Amino acid sequence: MKALRKFLDKIKPGFSKGGMFSMFRSTFGAFETFLFVPNKVTHQGTHIHDAVDLKRTMSVVVIALLPSLIFGMWNVGRQYYTSIGEATDILKNLWFGFLKVMPIVIVSYVSGLTVEFIFAQIRKHEVNEGFLVTGMLIPLIMPVDIPLWIVAVSTIFAVIFGKEVFGGTGMNVFNPALLTRAFIFFAYPAQISGDTVWTYGLSQGSKVIDGFSGATPLANAASYTIDKIPDNFTLFLGNFPGSIGETSKLAILTGVAILLITGIANWRIMLSVILGGVCMTLIFNAFGANPYMRISPLTQILMGGFLFGAVFMATDPVTAAQTNTGQYIYGILIGMFAILIRVLNPAYPEGMMLSIILMNAFAPLIDHYVVRANIRRRLKRAAKVTVKS
Amino acid sequence: MPHHIKLIKGLNIRIKGKVKNIFLPCVKSQWVALKPDDFKGVIPKLLLKPGDLVKAGTPVFCDKLNPEVKFASPVSGKVFAVNRGERRKILEIVIETDGKQEYIQHKISEIETLSRQNVIDEMLDNGLWAYIIQRPFGIIANHNAPPKAIFISGFDTAPLAPDIDFILKGQEENLQAGINILQKLTNGKIYVGINGKSVNPSIFEKIKGIEITRFSGPHPAGNVGIQIHHISPVNKGEIVWVIAPADVVIIGKYFSKGIYDVSRIIALTGSEVINTGYVKTVAGTQISFIGKNNLSKIEKRFISGNVLTGTTIPENGYLGFYHNMITVIPEGNYYEFLGWIMPGFKKFSSTRTFASWLTPKKEYTLDTNYHGAERAFVMTGKYEKVVPMDILPQHLIKAALIEDIELMENLGIYEVVEEDLALCEFVCTSKIEVQAILRKALDFVKKEMS
Repeated sequence: MKALRKFLDKIKPGFSKGGMFSMFRSTFGAFETFLFVPNKVTHQGTHIHDAVDLKRTMSVVVIALLPSLIFGMWNVGRQYYTSIGEATDILKNLWFGFLKVMPIVIVSYVSGLTVEFIFAQIRKHEVNEGFLVTGMLIPLIMPVDIPLWIVAVSTIFAVIFGKEVFGGTGMNVFNPALLTRAFIFFAYPAQISGDTVWTYGLSQGSKVIDGFSGATPLANAASYTIDKIPDNFTLFLGNFPGSIGETSKLAILTGVAILLITGIANWRIMLSVILGGVCMTLIFNAFGANPYMRISPLTQILMGGFLFGAVFMATDPVTAAQTNTGQYIYGILIGMFAILIRVLNPAYPEGMMLSIILMNAFAPLIDHYVVRANIRRRLKRAAKVTVKS
Repeated sequence: MPHHIKLIKGLNIRIKGKVKNIFLPCVKSQWVALKPDDFKGVIPKLLLKPGDLVKAGTPVFCDKLNPEVKFASPVSGKVFAVNRGERRKILEIVIETDGKQEYIQHKISEIETLSRQNVIDEMLDNGLWAYIIQRPFGIIANHNAPPKAIFISGFDTAPLAPDIDFILKGQEENLQAGINILQKLTNGKIYVGINGKSVNPSIFEKIKGIEITRFSGPHPAGNVGIQIHHISPVNKGEIVWVIAPADVVIIGKYFSKGIYDVSRIIALTGSEVINTGYVKTVAGTQISFIGKNNLSKIEKRFISGNVLTGTTIPENGYLGFYHNMITVIPEGNYYEFLGWIMPGFKKFSSTRTFASWLTPKKEYTLDTNYHGAERAFVMTGKYEKVVPMDILPQHLIKAALIEDIELMENLGIYEVVEEDLALCEFVCTSKIEVQAILRKALDFVKKEMS
């Protein structure tokens, strides 16, 4: 390690202001801080600092996503071999999925980070770590059959127009990962909807055995073929077609445990999204006008990307509401809208994505009213004093 | 039974180097200094020049903007040097002690016979006014604007802070005299916040003329700003005064004995001090009295005050005017290979992202490393967890950054000073310098208002 440090110290002047490669300062900085936590010491304000930083925070979220990623890989293999009717085992499934999913992960990171590095360089900023999580989220909400060039184009679109135009990490209004998916959803709908994209090879018309449809539970629900929806336990385990990382609720809950134990993610939002979802489903249950409306709250929450969105998307600290009270309102509305869109608008099988994007737009407004309430309390207090005196 | 306010929000930083309840032998330092930077917003105007003889209590400089506010020498001796920095700004006025500690003897009058104006004039002339701080802004009080109340925090919850009751032991009479003087300064009450968790009765429970409120909870429960917020918050246009308990004693001594005696008991703390303990000394003393033998051999930082709000001083620097502790911690100027992903058994964090959360009682050696670099503001909700007030710290800081005075007022800028939001800076994932932002905003608001 000392040799590496020495090497970095030797080449550092070249990348500093006035050095030969000073235009690559941010890039150098990003790699240097990746390897070594800097030696910077405090000079004003508090003399000591919490050991946590953005890199640590983001890496914890990435770690929390790993169970979903690994299960997703296994499931890709499992669905593929089931569709062609071949016998298989865990390792074979995993290896097949690894070969199919890793390219998407790599394309997502490479295209997104390239944009991030270029913008950091132009702005002469340090490279922010926000994309570490976004780059992992994108593959997890893709169908396995997605063409890689679409992943690249939509990631670049989302990072530039969803994040950089607003000023970069911390300033964006919409969750960049969801924006990527929304972009594909509207620009290349054939590649992200229907029954064939969720299982590898199906969209190319590969041979499938009889009885394998490749339809997701949400598609079944939307076509009122409720009996084809797997039972709750299967929905929980995740052995059915869907986006790569969303199917296994067990894997997602493992991630939730990591996030809650470390205290990184916001339980207020997670809890209220689920409450909102349950609430809306119960309202639909009361009407019960069609088979979709009669689906139980538990099944609704276990289907599709509801839980994945609640845990990893809605809780994005930048695009969510920032006040504690605001977060409850924000979460409940996300949950309610997600189910509402699902059930009443069959054109959008997964309401979660649109619901979160919609509430991202309203989060600042919700915060505004919470802040107003705080201000009003303060003014009231002052008024009380004036009356007394 | 006094009112008991239980606070939940906050954070006790588990840092090594707590002070032991013993007195350390003290070697008197030859040098003492007054540092004008200790007094926020004061532009010093020298009243003496190097070579002039002083006694304890001789005014050394005054505030250029309010010349009636004078600052006095803590010791007898002679003005040795005036150290200046950039643009000839006065950094230190160094006084060489003569070892005799002669006081200027003032006339003693019965406290009951003094009028409010008498008290104010005496305090202004003799360097005592500097102890009275006003909120909003945390500056030396404006003596022309009477406060609605005076607040004293009877305990300190800051990391490694001294035990106020230990410091004040045996000072009941002077404390009572000081309180009697403070009563002349306000038509309102004198509120004292004491530790609701303490087993031993606080010294303040024997004092008359005050209203006691008990507070319990993690730091910053002992900050007077937090206590004001819960007892009688500062609204726009209102002024309150605050003063530290040890400084009440100094005022009490002046009016009962007629001398400016600023001897203080300070705590010597921090992980790099081998024998921690209390030291009897005077404000502004050179800290070389600690002695090399009582310090570890690694590179250290000397802090006058606590690790959250104190000022860095050199090894031969001087104790700050208001400070009652010296903290010595290691410097953190090292690189750490892949430190952001290592388990981190030896790192303290308010989150549970490091393995150290498995040992919730352990104390840690904390150094001055940033543990990261400044980043965009991403993580939210962390500030709120360490500010036990009905204030939205994150929104307040954002308002401060855009210099929106009306918004800052609405969000409660008048209720806070740096120390109240210091923990926000400690926990900040993006390493944002909250205290510096807040001070800049306070100065800005003050300037625009006057």
